[in-house]
Amino acid sequence: MFRLAPWKVASIVALVVCAALAIVPSFLAPEIVAAIESRLPSFVPFRPIVLGLDLQGGAHILMEVDSASVTKGQVESLRDDVRAKMREGKISISGGIAMQPRGVMVRIADPAERARALSLLLPLNQNVGGALTGATGHSLDISDTGDGAVQLLLTEAATTEKIRHAVTQSIEVLNRRLNGTGTKETNVQQQGVDRVLIEVPGLQDTTKVKDLLGATAKLEFRLVGDPGDPPSEVDILPQQQGGTLPVQKRIMVAGEDLVDAQPSFDSRTGEPDVSFRFNLRGGQRFGQVTSENVGRLFAIVLDGKVISAPRILSPITGGSGQITGNFTVEQADNLAVLLRAGALPAKLTVVEERTVGPGLGQDSIDAGKRAALVGGALVVVYMLATYGIFGVFADLALAVHILFIFASMALLGATLTLPGIAGIVFTIGMAVDSNVLIYERIREEAHAGRSVISALDAGFKRAFATIIDSNVTMFVAAVILYLFGSGAVRGFAVSLGLGILTSVITAVTMTRMMIALWYRNRRPSVLPI
Amino acid sequence: MKLLRLAPENTKFGFMRLRRMSYPLSAFLSIVAVVMFFTVGMNFGIDFAGGTQVELRAKSGAADLADLRAKGEGLGLGPVEVQRSGAESDVVLRLNVQPGGEAGQQTAIAKLREAFGEAYEFRSVEAVGPRVSGELVQSGTLGVVVAILAVLAYLWFRFEWQFAVGAIIGTMHDLLLTVGFFCVTQLEFNQTSIAAILTIVGYSLNETVVVLDRIREVMRKYKRLSTAEIVDMSVNAVLPRTIMTATTVFLALLALFFLGGHVIRSFSAAMIWGIFVATYSSIFICSPMLIYLGVRADTLDKPAEAEADAAAKAKV
Repeated sequence: MFRLAPWKVASIVALVVCAALAIVPSFLAPEIVAAIESRLPSFVPFRPIVLGLDLQGGAHILMEVDSASVTKGQVESLRDDVRAKMREGKISISGGIAMQPRGVMVRIADPAERARALSLLLPLNQNVGGALTGATGHSLDISDTGDGAVQLLLTEAATTEKIRHAVTQSIEVLNRRLNGTGTKETNVQQQGVDRVLIEVPGLQDTTKVKDLLGATAKLEFRLVGDPGDPPSEVDILPQQQGGTLPVQKRIMVAGEDLVDAQPSFDSRTGEPDVSFRFNLRGGQRFGQVTSENVGRLFAIVLDGKVISAPRILSPITGGSGQITGNFTVEQADNLAVLLRAGALPAKLTVVEERTVGPGLGQDSIDAGKRAALVGGALVVVYMLATYGIFGVFADLALAVHILFIFASMALLGATLTLPGIAGIVFTIGMAVDSNVLIYERIREEAHAGRSVISALDAGFKRAFATIIDSNVTMFVAAVILYLFGSGAVRGFAVSLGLGILTSVITAVTMTRMMIALWYRNRRPSVLPI
Repeated sequence: MKLLRLAPENTKFGFMRLRRMSYPLSAFLSIVAVVMFFTVGMNFGIDFAGGTQVELRAKSGAADLADLRAKGEGLGLGPVEVQRSGAESDVVLRLNVQPGGEAGQQTAIAKLREAFGEAYEFRSVEAVGPRVSGELVQSGTLGVVVAILAVLAYLWFRFEWQFAVGAIIGTMHDLLLTVGFFCVTQLEFNQTSIAAILTIVGYSLNETVVVLDRIREVMRKYKRLSTAEIVDMSVNAVLPRTIMTATTVFLALLALFFLGGHVIRSFSAAMIWGIFVATYSSIFICSPMLIYLGVRADTLDKPAEAEADAAAKAKV
């Protein structure tokens, strides 16, 4: 054991130096870090430790896509497809197409016609899922129910795929919305199948952001109903100013055809409004509708609510227009952002929200620091008092252990949370365990009558297996906590897991090296512990 | 320099004789814990029960708890729990899950902001809907179960099955007593408590493994001794280390408990309890178990395995 290869000493020293360099950015002002980073090649990881939202303050909002409405929309479009196929094949169906929770059913009395319908409907069944999701399959289960009907049911794979797609689309839309309002450093990511996690550092009052994120922003231009319209063609919609308005079901132009929307001011009244521009198709359609319906009221409907219903005074053929609606400047700004970012494919609801103000975050950092310093000091003193010079070695190893935890967190880009700090404080108490195992074993071996060198040697060797076994169990607990935990608790798992790894490395290799150097210089005849 | 020794050395305590006291005691406490879990129950935080929790700080002077309670009850959001947290000016205000699904929690936050926004600073706002809290319960429970199974598998692979069984019984014991601890103290049980429980599981196994490692070593050396004698000898041999490590971890946790802030106080309290329980169970529950499970030196390992093991050790 006490042949000490110079390259080993050198590599340990190099490792410590690298770790020390890795945590330098965490102590510098953000501007300085950014300035230095821009001058370094991109492969050099020069970044501070990321603080969790519970420490730096900010909002964490978990939203869920309304899966039921996504599936409902999917069933509706399936019905439309089936209807088109039936028309195409001129197959007469009795009693229309019945919608079910996960599919549709068509009654076709004549068996020969039914068989023809089945073969016509077969192409509707498509492959879903890809190499990415792993689960491949087909989208529909098409069957003859045996009592004169054909049933088409959406498979689990098809609905899941659709929901997944809706989430991906939502993330794009949400990102555009947040960028549109100039919110910085936001993080929007998928969680599970049907959830989106939005993190906004520094945000405290989430009311506005939730309004911005939660709006579906589906814009429609529809004519206000005439008294002569059949009731089945008209929706009674609520108005922004209160009251209701009968509006035709038919959507003349929709928000998809918008290419731009900007907040502006009405040239006559000076009130805030939103001016928009259509793409070619939308512009033509808008021009056509307005020329055919001069004098009628044209309702602007957002998420099922009539914002305003101005009278068409003259045909609008330029492909652009304004939305007025007694807006405040802020409302007009928000509406413009929403329209630019596009509509969400489905409704999103907030299922979890956690906001921490900067005051509490800073308090937590301070408390964590104090606990770590005092806890560390207690352990250091106790080790010194118990093991003397060997305690010094253990304490040095402990210091390097703490350095390694922070360095690896910085390099891995792991997030430091308050439970994470608790994890580090806990590993401070736990890290010396490996040293304790070794030292107690050395004492035992010495008491059993071994010489100094042989007791040291045996102590390290015999304790090693125990150190590995006992730390593996702890490490397993940390890994599982990471896999099953969420949010800040994951931060605890990360620091605990890293702490176990680094403590084994430092306690075994560093202590060994220090004791070897000490032994070489002193040649003691009695063990000092 | 005179070195400090907390643990007496070269002890020859008859730990195994004490099992006639420790087993009934632990069985009794475990049953009490289970009964309490089903009768008194734990104080589930909003992570698991769902609901809304806000931390407020009075913008001037001390927080008026009675006023907060009265105003809160007047909002029509069901019962309002108001508690001082730390400083005079700080309170935690908690609401149950609101009816009306996920949107209900959102309305509650808006109402709270409107009612208290002027006089109080909102230091934190947390709202967990019924669906998420249900899932957190599930993943928390699953996590603990999977952790135990994974470690069981590792111990089975590394040791004889009797050792794994002993370790698992000890771990379950620690788990139950920690649950009992939460029932008795009514400390808030939240996600960090799950972290505490898993860490206690880890620590408990860590303790147990150290003792079991030694038992196996002693068993190979002294084939003539009875299991009880071997276990006693091993527990005594690792006793200084056990006390030493429990003390360092205890010191670190003590700092965390008193200085780490109120957010993680229930976590630190549970961990401190866990350290004691785990240390106790590794000595008085897991190790005596081997006597009942019938581990003997001759059943321990075939010679080939011992040689392989010795070879492995020599390499280290």
